[in-house]
Amino acid sequence: MTRRIAALAVGALLLAAGPAYADAIAGQTRQQPTNWTAILMFAAFALFTLGITRWAARRTRTAADFYTAGGGITGFQNGLAIAGDYMSAASFLGISAQIFTDGYDGLIYSIGFLVGWPIILFLMAERLRNLGKYTFADVASFRFAQAPVRSFAATSTLVVVLFYLIAQMVGAGQLIKLLFGLRYEYAVGIVGVLMTLYVLFGGMTATTWVQIIKAVLLLGSATFMALMVLAQFGFSPEALFARAVEVKTGLAAATGLAPAEAAAKGGSIMGPGNFIKDPVSAISFGMALMFGTAGLPHILMRFFTVPDAKAARTSVLWATGWIGYFYLLTFIIGFGAIVLVATNPGYLDADGVLIGGTNMAAIHLAQAVGGNLFLGFISAVAFATILAVVAGLTLSGASAVSHDLYATVFRKGHADSAAELAVSRRTVLVLAAVAILLGIVFQKQNVAFMVSLAFAVAASGNFPVLILSLLWPGATTRGVVAGGTLGLVLAVGLTILSPAVWVTILGHPAAIFPYSSPAIISMPIAFLTIWLVSILDTSPRAVVDRAGYAAQRVRAETGIGASGASAH
Amino acid sequence: MTDDQAQRIASDPRYRRLVQARGRFGWMLATIMFVAYFGFVALIAFDKPFLAQPIMAGGVTSLGILIGFALILLAILLTGLYVARANRDYDAALAALRAEYDA
Repeated sequence: MTRRIAALAVGALLLAAGPAYADAIAGQTRQQPTNWTAILMFAAFALFTLGITRWAARRTRTAADFYTAGGGITGFQNGLAIAGDYMSAASFLGISAQIFTDGYDGLIYSIGFLVGWPIILFLMAERLRNLGKYTFADVASFRFAQAPVRSFAATSTLVVVLFYLIAQMVGAGQLIKLLFGLRYEYAVGIVGVLMTLYVLFGGMTATTWVQIIKAVLLLGSATFMALMVLAQFGFSPEALFARAVEVKTGLAAATGLAPAEAAAKGGSIMGPGNFIKDPVSAISFGMALMFGTAGLPHILMRFFTVPDAKAARTSVLWATGWIGYFYLLTFIIGFGAIVLVATNPGYLDADGVLIGGTNMAAIHLAQAVGGNLFLGFISAVAFATILAVVAGLTLSGASAVSHDLYATVFRKGHADSAAELAVSRRTVLVLAAVAILLGIVFQKQNVAFMVSLAFAVAASGNFPVLILSLLWPGATTRGVVAGGTLGLVLAVGLTILSPAVWVTILGHPAAIFPYSSPAIISMPIAFLTIWLVSILDTSPRAVVDRAGYAAQRVRAETGIGASGASAH
Repeated sequence: MTDDQAQRIASDPRYRRLVQARGRFGWMLATIMFVAYFGFVALIAFDKPFLAQPIMAGGVTSLGILIGFALILLAILLTGLYVARANRDYDAALAALRAEYDA
């Protein structure tokens, strides 16, 4: 199996590098010449992580190993892995790009992404670990009829995973096209193939360790970049910001604005700007980010990789710390890019636009502060980031299909571990193919926007179901299925009718749903529906559902009867 | 765990004290986070100039940046507070309950 992994990986790299190299020589595109430093560093990362996969493959025998690394990850390790899931390419490149463009607005994103974590800890983390085994659906369906609740949870998981996957794949394609000098399609293909190898053979153990290694590399690189930027300003953020305002004012003046207007435009990067246009959008967006975090299936799944509730708790503390630190760095990096990249003709094309688009702001900054070698390194890290996040997403989607749909709904809990594992692995292959395909289809989309869409769905579908099944004794099977489904459908439907899709993509003159996030409508409706349908539910099942709360509560609070770490 | 066992644990005064104390503390911290975050969101929604104003006359660093960074630190701080309290108080109570009921 090991030889097969290595051969496939090397094959994928060669396959991708060859034609793109030819393209660069022929000068057909404006993409950068093939960057061998970056490719070699990435190849080193790929080989090293495939070695880990080989090690993990030997430890991945049962379904528990595959889904949750046998519950043998420590709180500290899991915290880093969660932070790794969070520090996706979309957040590293997307947020630094947004700060590069609009300044302060990027911080609004960062804060929204972070504040869900304390909520998860205070209300959910320990209960999740005490009740669940492999997927968040274990918890959501704990006292309910299995088939309907799991079908909902699996559908919702797949929707979230697909939106998130598209964002990551598109990021990968754009990034690698620029950095490695490879064609978009090949880049997406490499990500798809490597990710499949990690997940297929190494399961959660490999996925977690790839994520941890990448988190350490990314945190280290971002720290270095932020320090290099600050060093140029005597470690005074004020001096950095002042220079950034000066640069933005200069750029505005160059477009022909009067000095006063240019100064106002330059100064606008210090406060909230056009990113959030109206109050309703601001609140709606805030809700999606805060509560969406608590409903992301690939994140919730990580709480089952630790041995007990105490480790689950510790992992949230580490995760919150690392993520918060990372966002502070991103802010400095974004402003550093304004100062060091926006005015340097070396990073701009003939029209004065950033080469490769604004998502490349952090990457160009890496070259500016650390030269070509560091550019190669950060490119490899960014590629690794996408790879690790995509692997986690795929594993989560595969668990939903094999554990929730196949083992529980179709086989009614009678599937053996081997059969379940086989279904899971086949799903990984299907998901990888779909991810590659959609990555190519959605080539031109804005990366950060797709992620916030996934958050809206998680906040409106998964979160209300999970929190009410945990905390409200009155919730019934019919209630959570009706409310969760409605929340999910509304979140997707309203997003299609919102400006980002209806106007920008479909080309209609005006949006039917005028706000940038659906959460303010879809999330309360989901809660309300669960409540209303539950209190009106007079079915015999509803009696069982309500009666089951007492025992669920005791197990959630104490962990007595919880599934422990499985022995190897 | 049988329903009978669950019922015995649920009526144990130590269990009730633990659940009540932990629940209250968790909700209190969650409320602080809600209020702080949605207060910040409300400022973005209704009073952008407030966030855009410089902290010091003649400077550029805005109050919004200070508040934003403070929110990030608050999130980490609250999380730390909960974990510290849980490690100190709740774990001991849980261990006692487990010793008795989790055979």
